Amino acid sequence: MTELIAQTPLYGAVPRTIGQTTMTEVDLGWLTSISPYAGRVPAAGAALKAAHGMAWPSAGRMTGKDGARAIWFGRDMVLLAGPEPSHDLAEHAALTDQTDAWTTVQLSGDGAEDVLARLVPVDLAAANFKRGHTARTQVQHMNGSVTRLGADSFLIMVFRSMAGTMLHDMERAMASVAARG
Amino acid sequence: MRLPCPICGARDVREFYYQGAAEMLRRPAEDAGEAAWDNYLHLRDNPAGDLEELWSHDAGCGAWLVVTRHTGSHDVKGAVLALEVKR
Amino acid sequence: MRVKDRGLVDRRQSVSFRFDGNTYRGHPGDTLASALLANDIRLVARSFKYHRPRGILTASSEEPNALVTIGTGPATDPNVRATVQEIYDGFEARSQNAWPSLALDVMSVNDLAAPFLGAGFYYKTFMWPRAFWEKLYEPVIRKAAGLGALAKDKDDDHYEKAYAFCDVLVIGAGPAGLMAAWTAAQAGVQVILADEDSIMGGRLNAETHEVEGQPGADWAAGIVAKLAAMDNVRLMRRTTVTGAYDGGTFGALERVSHHVATVPAGGVKETFWRIVAKRSVLAAGAIERHIAFENNDRPGIMAAGAVRAYLNRWGVAPGKAVTVFANNDDAHRTAMDMQDAGVHVAAVVDSRKDAKAFGDYKLIAGGLVNGTAGRGGLNAISIQTGAGQEKIATDCLAVSGGWNPTIHLTCHMNGRPRWNADLISFVPTPGAIPGMETAGACNGAFSTSQCFAEGIAAARTSLEALGLKAPEVALPDTENTEYVVEPIWAVPGKGRAWLDFQNDVSVKDVRQAAKENFTSVEHMKRYTTQGMATDQGKNSNVTALALLADATGRGIPETGTTTFRPPYSPVALAALGAGAQGAGFAPERKTTSHVATVDAGAPMIAAGLWYRPSYFPQDGEKNWRQSCDREVGFVRDAVGVCDVSTLGKIDIQGPDAAKLLDFVYVNMFSTLKEGRVRYGLMLREDGFVMDDGTTARLAANHYVMTTTTAAAGQVMRHLEFATQALHPEWDVRIVSVTEQWAQFAVAGPQSRALLNGLLDSPIDNDTWPFMSCGPVRVLGVAGRLFRISFSGEHAYEIAVPARYGDSLFRLLVARAKETGGGAYGMEALNVLRLEKGFITHAEIDGRVTAGDIGMERMMSQKKDFIGKTMAARPGLVEEGRAQLVGLKPIGPVKQLTAGAHIYADGAEPVRAHDQGYVTSVGFSPTLGHFIGLGFVRDGLIRKGEVLNMVDHVRGIQTRVELCEPVFFDPDGGRTRD
Repeated sequence: MTELIAQTPLYGAVPRTIGQTTMTEVDLGWLTSISPYAGRVPAAGAALKAAHGMAWPSAGRMTGKDGARAIWFGRDMVLLAGPEPSHDLAEHAALTDQTDAWTTVQLSGDGAEDVLARLVPVDLAAANFKRGHTARTQVQHMNGSVTRLGADSFLIMVFRSMAGTMLHDMERAMASVAARG
Repeated sequence: MRLPCPICGARDVREFYYQGAAEMLRRPAEDAGEAAWDNYLHLRDNPAGDLEELWSHDAGCGAWLVVTRHTGSHDVKGAVLALEVKR
Repeated sequence: MRVKDRGLVDRRQSVSFRFDGNTYRGHPGDTLASALLANDIRLVARSFKYHRPRGILTASSEEPNALVTIGTGPATDPNVRATVQEIYDGFEARSQNAWPSLALDVMSVNDLAAPFLGAGFYYKTFMWPRAFWEKLYEPVIRKAAGLGALAKDKDDDHYEKAYAFCDVLVIGAGPAGLMAAWTAAQAGVQVILADEDSIMGGRLNAETHEVEGQPGADWAAGIVAKLAAMDNVRLMRRTTVTGAYDGGTFGALERVSHHVATVPAGGVKETFWRIVAKRSVLAAGAIERHIAFENNDRPGIMAAGAVRAYLNRWGVAPGKAVTVFANNDDAHRTAMDMQDAGVHVAAVVDSRKDAKAFGDYKLIAGGLVNGTAGRGGLNAISIQTGAGQEKIATDCLAVSGGWNPTIHLTCHMNGRPRWNADLISFVPTPGAIPGMETAGACNGAFSTSQCFAEGIAAARTSLEALGLKAPEVALPDTENTEYVVEPIWAVPGKGRAWLDFQNDVSVKDVRQAAKENFTSVEHMKRYTTQGMATDQGKNSNVTALALLADATGRGIPETGTTTFRPPYSPVALAALGAGAQGAGFAPERKTTSHVATVDAGAPMIAAGLWYRPSYFPQDGEKNWRQSCDREVGFVRDAVGVCDVSTLGKIDIQGPDAAKLLDFVYVNMFSTLKEGRVRYGLMLREDGFVMDDGTTARLAANHYVMTTTTAAAGQVMRHLEFATQALHPEWDVRIVSVTEQWAQFAVAGPQSRALLNGLLDSPIDNDTWPFMSCGPVRVLGVAGRLFRISFSGEHAYEIAVPARYGDSLFRLLVARAKETGGGAYGMEALNVLRLEKGFITHAEIDGRVTAGDIGMERMMSQKKDFIGKTMAARPGLVEEGRAQLVGLKPIGPVKQLTAGAHIYADGAEPVRAHDQGYVTSVGFSPTLGHFIGLGFVRDGLIRKGEVLNMVDHVRGIQTRVELCEPVFFDPDGGRTRD
């Protein structure tokens, strides 16, 4: 029987290791943008907690854990990453499926901060940008999302259509940092 | 130049899109008359001093901001959400 | 020559390098300048205009003379300052602006013609005849005058940009900068210390001062090591802070690998940093002034501080018999240091009558050097003394006219420096850069002790401004000599005395400018080109304006100074453009069908950031037209598939979703039934058309809007503005879903049959009439189906989550081929829509009203909408506006071209007779001739008229008939059936 075959944005082109840093394409599961309606942030937050177990993230923060995260994603928006969204959420917020809209990679290793310093115009130093901190900002010329997952590990998201450019820009920055030794 | 986004904090100007004077917030009624609409669309004060202007944090949180900037020194006095100004 | 037991270079190791084809040896730690001087090479360059022999003047980045070219081929770097460039084993450099060689440069005849080539010569001489300038004068002048030449090939070296953030940025790592960084670091804040040199310490490495009982260089190395060990301190060596910008942002150029033989794989040559600092301390030091006297530019005549630096830092004596000419005490150190090192000091000439010697050397107090001798290098100087003329043999004259604080960065935000009459120099105006303190020599504090004290104070002020308690830091014990100076700008004399060495500006030129009434310092600068070379006149500007002040009978403060703009020192365009070359120029947006499309041999064209197929060539087709005609044909006869994912798709949800759509579109969307799609037109607030597209109502409070590919971003921002800034009370949420869905147009009589082979539940004309929409399952995958048509055929757009896009596209194309169809590209899409008179941004170019495109009646009278009021302005509705028409050729010439203009038949095709213009054209294989869309004055009521299309650019004239813009199937039957 004929069936549709799923492809990831990077067609399996990663992981790539250059020097001390490794870039891996990540499948976060379902991605759903949640935009609460007027005055409904508390209700949406309660529904999120009840259905998926994580707190509603404040601006610039991520909540949850591996497999089920809520990433602050803009002025009035949170991105639920992992589970299929509970219908209870739809009562309080506009839900939009974004599962296929983003290229998502994890950048890990010594020097990940240095690599991102070549691409992201935001201070990502551990002192200011701790684990669970997230920013909507630019990744080189692309609008994207950057989140710190750990001491030397970041989650980076850009539009799906820009996967190739992301790969190019990341590899250049990784190579430059690696060359400095 | 850096702009203090009330949601994201201070960010490089490259993340923002510039619109012009915050006059655009005060849209006249449909039948407000020629003078009001002419003023809304075309007439600007162009002060050598503080100016309230609209910026969109396009590459960040997506908020429209009203930024107070000194046109002579680029000194940015502050920024608030357009949303709050209207309310 | 190298001097024993002096300097910081590594004497245990030796490196070999080449200059102008000759091999020399130096040591690690040498700059090209120090290594050349160690090898007794004095002539290193020819000047820009007169090709005068020139040597090394300074020991730092302000060097005007010693510019060389390094590298070959695409990796050539011209105008590299020998005083900055470090040597390594195998290093090679060439001199510039000399032919056939440095020693024998034929263009030095310019120097003999100098009486004719003074200030303003080019302006006055080459004005006439006008046409000669571009063809003759400029090329010849450019060839004769010049710096190094660029390689014309693509540079394969990598450059990059990067960001850094800190609480306190300290600019310059001399005594003031080191103490500022040390003090700030004690408070635990994030500190960046940036310095242009390869080793930190500044003048501590160039002087013999002791600090805390240690040699200054050792003390500096010690504190640098301590700073390096601190987590909160980042040391940036070989990094020049080039500019101060708004909001605490600084530009800085790091020379990452100019000092190594090969750039490591993947590495960069330079990094351009954008540093954001909450506070900053400028500790940029000072630059020594020259004195203007006759022939003061011979190789061997150097800055006194530089002569000292070569001895103390690099262990090199620039001459065997050194003389000093100065107007201040500081320069006497050069004589003392030289004597200590065993170098003969012939004399110290001090312009001050009351000057005193500080050691056992011959002092000529009140003396003035008024002449020099030596072809290709200094061998003697003439001195005017109280008793008459004296001549002294010397091969190195160390000159000091005093020190100019390096205030450049304080002027980058319009700050004007102040004149300090005691120091005879400009000093920074406090607060010129918000958040910046100035410390040390750049602030006019010249003793080492003062520098330490000001560095500590500046850091403490910065910390207090950050709300922190400033730590107590002990002042290191060191020299605290008073800076004593008396003005001497130019020694009287007849011959040429040089100011700006790089642009060959003399004292005479400045006086000439004043005489011709170029008395403003800005005018003098441009007329003489003083300070306009790559060194920006760092050694000479203050002297030049002092002479201008004198020539115009004003004081220096009244004369004022030219200001400084970024960059402080030259930055390669490659560094400024880093990250924007090749694939990094802009994001490349690729659809999910990209791989299959490229595999099919389709040439891609850019549509904004997106890449879309132009056409899909088949074996035997010789040009794009054949492919395009075939593709149009199969859409009309069978079925075609086209990726339309690039159109903007915006999800609009909430109780007030309909309100928003009614507000941004001219027509009604609140009345649209669920499961239906409607075409909408959007205006800007000024009444002109902004964009168009279809919007589908998926549920009562859920719409999905499509925009054109070109305007997707603009429309999204427009909707955000409407909801945040105009009607925040509306409860509506918008988010882009462009990237989520892969969407394909399936168009043609066989489109439904094709889809029914893939849909889980087949569709028919009753359940899916024209302009309907809804959810479907495609081979088990949840998708969306829209029955809309941009081709005029029975057509659909089918959307699936992007992960399935590649797979679905291949399947659709394969199935289409089975019935004689296939994939079609942008060329065919364009012809199909032209045949139907559908508009694109070629038509709605921002100057067009709804009325101009025949959509006046779409504008609802029942509601307010963006652009409504202004669209009713008289100028936008009156007669005589250019309106949309169809165009077809009727004469012997059959071709139409976009961009051509329309004139009355028989009228001369000139602007006065202009009737309109052509926006889009294509050859219609369906109709067998060219068709076009355009705008013609009152075109809506002129159908049937014959006019003249003239393309002045391509030289084409075609008689055209105005017709309805819809050329094919005007009643739309094919779309609905």
